[in-house]
Amino acid sequence: MKQLYEMLRTQYQVYDFEQRHDRLAFVSIPPEQMVGLLTCLRDIYGFSHLALMTCVDWLEESHFQLTYILRNHDGHRELVIKTFIDREHPVVDSIHHLWQHARVYQREHYEMFGVSFPGSPGMTEPMILEGWQGPPPMRRDFDTLRYCEDNYSNRDRTHSEPEAHMKATLYPED
Amino acid sequence: MEKDKIDDLEMMDLPVEEESDLGFTEWRKDEKTLLNLGLPEEERDWFCDARPQVHKKSPKIIEDFLNWARAESLWILAFGTGCGAIELRPLLTARYDISRLGMAPRPTPRQANLFMIGGYVSIKTLKRIVRSYEQMQGPKFVVAVCSCAINGGMYWDSYNTVKRIDEFIPVDVYITGCMPRPEAVLAGFDRLKQLIRAGKAEGQNLYAQNFDYYKANQKRIIKDWNMPDYNW
Repeated sequence: MKQLYEMLRTQYQVYDFEQRHDRLAFVSIPPEQMVGLLTCLRDIYGFSHLALMTCVDWLEESHFQLTYILRNHDGHRELVIKTFIDREHPVVDSIHHLWQHARVYQREHYEMFGVSFPGSPGMTEPMILEGWQGPPPMRRDFDTLRYCEDNYSNRDRTHSEPEAHMKATLYPED
Repeated sequence: MEKDKIDDLEMMDLPVEEESDLGFTEWRKDEKTLLNLGLPEEERDWFCDARPQVHKKSPKIIEDFLNWARAESLWILAFGTGCGAIELRPLLTARYDISRLGMAPRPTPRQANLFMIGGYVSIKTLKRIVRSYEQMQGPKFVVAVCSCAINGGMYWDSYNTVKRIDEFIPVDVYITGCMPRPEAVLAGFDRLKQLIRAGKAEGQNLYAQNFDYYKANQKRIIKDWNMPDYNW
């Protein structure tokens, strides 16, 4: 994997190489070069499978981390590519032309984090949150408890601990 | 002669055509008519605009017989909203064998009269729940399984889960547990049967009586209301 990293470094500004074990490594790359790197990995280095694409909200650092997990089925290796984008202006290049199923991930990220992927088909259609009017709910500055209290009503009940309740019911004299 | 007849026809007044200026849809509307405002304008007349009606009771001896019959043939709408739906499967198999109680899962709302809500209810699911419940034939009963359906359960602070279902549709029996064992579900069904036999499972009439209350609650939560007001 180190060899692969050295080869990639001649073409792309990859940094933060981290080898977790023999067949798993992490690299980071600026978002402008991300599509180029993914295309290169898919077509030349045999990482043909986009296993996962996910997003992390780093509120304190004020950026989103997009993570792409690629798998090389011939060499049984996995490479994780991280890219950091501005939290105030979350726009990334779409990769739906590389992997068809990426459009589902991108649709989900648009809905849950508000990360926009221009050109991704059907990105603005609601996936889970039909008729959602609040901010994207998986952002960390979204207060779920307050939203819940504003919108959904509680059932007022007294709570009792099952153990204490059964003990008082079965053995009241103890 | 024939030409005269045609002239006579043309001379005849056709009162139906004159009254049709009113518009066919206008005259039968009153303040009780549902407006179906969530639909596009050209589709509003395609759907039912009548409210659900309160079911009139028969004389007591007939009603008792009917209630007995209702209690002995509960057909379940297998609507697996959450993990509680898994507990229905053991009930169907040989050990608990729910069919000896006259219960069977049905694939469509039209054939069922027992709505089993098995778990958490998200907003997207709530929309389908309302549709399915309204499409069921009366008399219909609702059993809410799992603590999520009762007070939110582990989703008590979730942004997308409603915590009380009885604001949206009337619920006859709650079954507690996370998840309840099949024995508990059986006990819940048994309780429902007792209620039906006693004539106390009046969820359908409750829904018809408090239709405005339920509908207002549903529309408050479901922001994109794009279905008829009553999915009859």
